[in-house]
Amino acid sequence: MSDLESMYQQVIMDHAREAHGRGLVTLDLPHVGESHQVNTTCGDEVRLRVGVDGDTVTSVSWEGSGCSISQASISVLSELIEGESLGHAEVTYEAFRALMSNRGEPLDEFREDLLGDATAFVGVGKYPARIKCALLGWMALRDALVKAQASDKGDSDD
Amino acid sequence: MLPDVRRDFPLLTRTVRNGKSLVYLDSGATSQKPHAVLNAEADFYQFHNGAVARGAHLLAEEATDAFETARATVAAFIGAPAEELVWTPGATQALNLVANGFAAASDGLGGAEAARFRLGSGDEIVVTEAEHHANLIPWQQLAARTGATLRWIPVNDDGTLRYEELGSMVTERARVVAFTHASNVTGVVTDVATIVARAREVGAVTVLDACQSVPHLPVSVTELGVDFAAFSGHKMLGPTGVGALWGRKELLDALPPSLYGGSAIKIVTMENTTWLDAPQRFEPGTQPVAQAIGMAAAAQYLGDLGMTAVAEHERRIGAILREGVTEIPGVRLLGPVDAPHGVLAIATVAVDGVHPHDVGQVLDDRGIAVRVGHHCAQPLHRRLGLAGSTRASGHVYTTEDEARAFLEVLATVPSFFGVTV
Repeated sequence: MSDLESMYQQVIMDHAREAHGRGLVTLDLPHVGESHQVNTTCGDEVRLRVGVDGDTVTSVSWEGSGCSISQASISVLSELIEGESLGHAEVTYEAFRALMSNRGEPLDEFREDLLGDATAFVGVGKYPARIKCALLGWMALRDALVKAQASDKGDSDD
Repeated sequence: MLPDVRRDFPLLTRTVRNGKSLVYLDSGATSQKPHAVLNAEADFYQFHNGAVARGAHLLAEEATDAFETARATVAAFIGAPAEELVWTPGATQALNLVANGFAAASDGLGGAEAARFRLGSGDEIVVTEAEHHANLIPWQQLAARTGATLRWIPVNDDGTLRYEELGSMVTERARVVAFTHASNVTGVVTDVATIVARAREVGAVTVLDACQSVPHLPVSVTELGVDFAAFSGHKMLGPTGVGALWGRKELLDALPPSLYGGSAIKIVTMENTTWLDAPQRFEPGTQPVAQAIGMAAAAQYLGDLGMTAVAEHERRIGAILREGVTEIPGVRLLGPVDAPHGVLAIATVAVDGVHPHDVGQVLDDRGIAVRVGHHCAQPLHRRLGLAGSTRASGHVYTTEDEARAFLEVLATVPSFFGVTV
């Protein structure tokens, strides 16, 4: 597999084409957080909304536009995080960050399991300019989760 | 006809991405440097380095002489006398220097001779919708500081300027008209004479962003008839960290400085400062001396090739790029294939259904370096209905084979991403 093919693995192409979680969902939950992130190098944007009930991330939805790497990454994280605990979201995020800084090499088995489809982004780590694309949604997720935990009934930013 | 210049550019011999030849098509962002430029900088540091315009020892004399000779060389390259050329760290700073001079005058600085730069409510600053952010934001902020109104000449659907709206946009209230000599997105060269004629009719100062023109076309600022022009070293085969502002001497001598420090002054007391005449009044502190010398070496190099030959070579490259793009299904060319005042060696494209970053990635995988994103021209992209695009831009060293290699790989992009055209 060439570097280019390893970057654009089929699973990424599929997620980019049919993204999961696209379309912001109106939430009637005690803890809702929303984050708007922009990739300043290309102007790509994402607005991501989470709902938290107790310790569980019950909803992840988003709208935005961007390259196939950023769109697929948001789609994958929506699938991975929805229904999971806050702690699980945090370790999954940490694993994804580690994957991005691993220069194209796979991680250990434990973190690969955590990442599921997100392991397909391994090739992005070889291209420093694209790591930001893959992280855009994850930045929004973390920010939205912090806001959700601080919020009481649907506070959100811009 | 240009001679084969590629051997003059050491970087062009390197390989990229698993041993592929480099096809460098990002010269609109920054150009590669010939030995002549690299050697001029190294020679200065190895043999002549000293503080310019300070001290009386031999090295100080040699450094000052080299620095001022460089000024004369770069000025002559654009058809201007040396005393009308101000060194700046780049074109962005040169444009800010003019806008900040207006701001300082509007704050009441600069005495009676700065009156022509004073702006207030009721005055208008005119730009175009096609500007690079560097020639938009300084004017936008100047308007916000002074209460003047910012207006802009709009563009057509193909990104070219709507000259028919010049009369209604540039009115008696216009005090500044700032515009680019060539779009860094479409490559289309501006009809400078028409804009200058209108600006003169209403007595507005003209400021030309010449970043994309000076490296690629024969440019004579006196023939163009503008009042100020800004350009950078690194886009014209010279070093980064240096650029120039050219201005008519009587305007430069009246424009209040906005950057303060040593060497730019006549007399300093605890209460007051009087300035040297231009260009020194705008050059406080240590200047980019080696870089200025490198920029002069670049001007010399281009001058020796002959800018008419350079422009003709790049016209051919540009035509191959743009005509080729129009033949690829699913790819849209931004801007026209040709235009009345010419188009640079630029082809900027949008691939249907594929994000510019993804387009650039496929090209990069084949060793082809292009620019992706909004190219610091967000308003123009928004007007064209896009967030970003992919730009191939050439220079003296770009070959026809490289232009064709770009087209060949570009044509594979839609299918790689599963877009049916």
